[in-house]
Amino acid sequence: MADLRCTIAGIESINPFWLASAPPTDKYYNVVRAFEAGWGGVVWKTLGEDPPVVNVSSRYGVHHNSARGVVGINNIELISDRPLDINLKEIEACRKEWPDRVIIGSMMAPIDEQAWKDLAIKIANSGVHGIELNLGCPHGMCERGMGSAIGQVPEMVEQTTRWVREAVDVPVFTKLTPNITNILWPAEAAKTGGAHAVSLINTVNSIVSVDLDAMAPDPVVDGKGTHGGYCGSAVKPIALNMVAEIARATETQGIDISAIGGIETWKDAAEFIALGANALQVCTAAMLYGFRIVDDMIDGLSAFMDQKGYRSIEDFRGMAVKNTVDWNELNMNFDTKAVIDPDKCIECGRCHIACEDTSHQAIEFAVAPDGKRSFTVIDEECVGCNLCAHVCPVPDCIEMKPVETKKPYVTWPEHPLNPMKAAAE
Amino acid sequence: MPDGIDHSPPCVGASADDIEARFGDLHKPLTSIKAIAAAEHCIYCYDAPCVQACPTGIDIPTFIHQIRTDNVDGAARTILSENIMGGTCARACPTEVLCEQACVRNHGEEAPVEIGLLQRFAVDHLMAENGPHPFTRGPDTGKHIAIVGAGPAGLSCAHRLAMLGHKTTVFEAKPKPGGLNEYGLAAYKMVDNFAQREVDFLLEIGGIEIVYGKGLGSEVSLSNLRKEYDAVFVGIGLGKTNKLGLDKEDLPGVEDAIDFIERLRQTDNKASLEVGRDVIVIGGGNTAIDAAVQASKLGAETVTLVYRRGEDAMSATTYEIDLARRSGVTVRLWSKPQSIKGDTHVKAMKFERTRVMNGKLVGTGETYKITTDMVLKAIGQQLDLASLTGLEIAGGKLGAARDFSTNVKGVFAGGDCIKSGDDLTVQAVEDGKQAAHAIDDFLKGGGHG
Repeated sequence: MADLRCTIAGIESINPFWLASAPPTDKYYNVVRAFEAGWGGVVWKTLGEDPPVVNVSSRYGVHHNSARGVVGINNIELISDRPLDINLKEIEACRKEWPDRVIIGSMMAPIDEQAWKDLAIKIANSGVHGIELNLGCPHGMCERGMGSAIGQVPEMVEQTTRWVREAVDVPVFTKLTPNITNILWPAEAAKTGGAHAVSLINTVNSIVSVDLDAMAPDPVVDGKGTHGGYCGSAVKPIALNMVAEIARATETQGIDISAIGGIETWKDAAEFIALGANALQVCTAAMLYGFRIVDDMIDGLSAFMDQKGYRSIEDFRGMAVKNTVDWNELNMNFDTKAVIDPDKCIECGRCHIACEDTSHQAIEFAVAPDGKRSFTVIDEECVGCNLCAHVCPVPDCIEMKPVETKKPYVTWPEHPLNPMKAAAE
Repeated sequence: MPDGIDHSPPCVGASADDIEARFGDLHKPLTSIKAIAAAEHCIYCYDAPCVQACPTGIDIPTFIHQIRTDNVDGAARTILSENIMGGTCARACPTEVLCEQACVRNHGEEAPVEIGLLQRFAVDHLMAENGPHPFTRGPDTGKHIAIVGAGPAGLSCAHRLAMLGHKTTVFEAKPKPGGLNEYGLAAYKMVDNFAQREVDFLLEIGGIEIVYGKGLGSEVSLSNLRKEYDAVFVGIGLGKTNKLGLDKEDLPGVEDAIDFIERLRQTDNKASLEVGRDVIVIGGGNTAIDAAVQASKLGAETVTLVYRRGEDAMSATTYEIDLARRSGVTVRLWSKPQSIKGDTHVKAMKFERTRVMNGKLVGTGETYKITTDMVLKAIGQQLDLASLTGLEIAGGKLGAARDFSTNVKGVFAGGDCIKSGDDLTVQAVEDGKQAAHAIDDFLKGGGHG
């Protein structure tokens, strides 16, 4: 059985699965249920200065697929709307009752040194393992100069991180917003400010849908709506890229990463770890299915590691980072072709029409006299784009097979057709 | 049932409500939730085999996609634009040998997409809204076409002609429109008076007049119609039934299955219908199955379906044969009727066992007897040749060209009375639709006529 223990920012956790700062970690009751279910840690819902904020009714919007599966949700909820001292007392109680579980205190304050320091000290005194700076909330709080309003200005990211580092001894996690041009700028600022780790991504600024009867964005609050924070499996690709960017850039390499963004399964978790994440945070999946989903996350990740022979998280952490490169480092001589298995083909024609209308006219469609439909790849036309394999409803029916070209690894900068190369010579 | 015969109560232990319930929908309509799940199963095939398998060529992947996008009325319009009787076909089509048999999902040893039920979901949705008719009558051409028969072929033809701007008068021998949709399909396939509701819906387009109680005969003759109208469409179906050719075939208790079904369809209170205690149904088609299953539902103690060959040769689909067995019908194969017993009423029938020898069906000489008080004959129908003078007959049916024109200029024909495809509602609807276009071409001077 693989060892799922992990360490991030010097904090040890029984497993890499933490709940992110959000409604599921709002109070003692939820957090205890999460720990009972097996979660390794929680980042408590963001705390602010008293008096607490007031939330509106109607808070979540949803992006369904046609089968009513949830692709993503967005929310317009603000930070904790309960008094600070109640939250802190509950944190203290949880810490006492669950000594082997991690509790991180999330916080935000207006851009004022004393405000940040005072709040950080209060939270640290409750016994948290670390403090996470919420510099990412893209709705409501940013209109008050907090959340993403700070996270979008690298200088402020560095400043607030430094303030908290100066105020407390516990490790500091700086949580980053994806609503920014280049994730490396705030990540580097957090590192310069002394963060032990970065947490990313916070939610993506979004209008999840428009209510066409109310003619207002969802969620509709008395006839009006506002942009909210998008999360769930839909944002995973955005998060994977941002995590990878931080893991592989020289300026940010080495900072610990608490990865967040659409993690629903053990496979999602393994992918983030392969791209360098030290630990993971989950929210939407728990909101959709309950805390019990951690069972399969633990079991599946463990089984995967056993199968691959990884004894610990560190054994495979970051293994995909070296293979995540700039486009300019890809091999221009690599060639792959689609191969359709006629025995598995159910003759739906989806590959053909996708290729015919939108790609390279590389799949021939023929109907035999007996009515049997056949789909055949024209190798000369196939550029190896993978589209047919992706749209095929049958798993493993279309295989992308690399062609043995016997050609050397040639990148674009080295490529004979690259005019810049000719100019350089 | 003829009078004067002593029958036990038709249905021991079954109340009127029980019997009524047995004639509820054979397939429960899909709920919205189930429809979405069923629609999700569709792959949205390109040049889909299901479309090819549908005689009316409904764009099935598109209408199912429209259900998925919550454009259910759009789905109905897609269906109805090819098949104005999409509601009946969704209920009565043998989808297991048409669209659903062609579904590519079958390749993966999966169940096919429930195309029939999805079609019903969409069409019912549109009809329940009672909104404006989804098709508009074309600008008036001043042409007037006579249609003989208000069955699926005639009404489909009339509706399409209305879309093309022509006026039609439909002559119908029976007191109600719909043809076999109204009189011939099993009750549990057409609940809630659907055939009439569908005709009402179809007529909303306007420009279609139906004259009841007038079929081809003394009052209405083809030659007069041809003189008085710009064109004629004949969609009279198959009006005569085949005979066993046995003595005592006219004995009380022996009747055509289609008459039994018609009586059943025209009776609101099914429990008031009399049915035999021991019913024999002779034949191997879907009419035989419909009759047998409904006799069983009415409370017959035994229902025996007798067919002269093996199950493979039956024209009823496997699904229908299974349905009969599940309804308590005993299927006896390789037996041909030899004689009818009884004096004032049928009492028994004698059958001879058969086998195939040198490619021919022959009697083995071995016989058996089945006691019965009701014999339903479902051994096929034929064209009623009376009043068809002048029209060419080929293979027992009206001779019609690929464009549904007959040998008489300006007279077209379609549906069961011609040899187009199988004798199915869906084929009749297609015939009527295509004939309407051929008539339109003819009236514009382009077609054969």
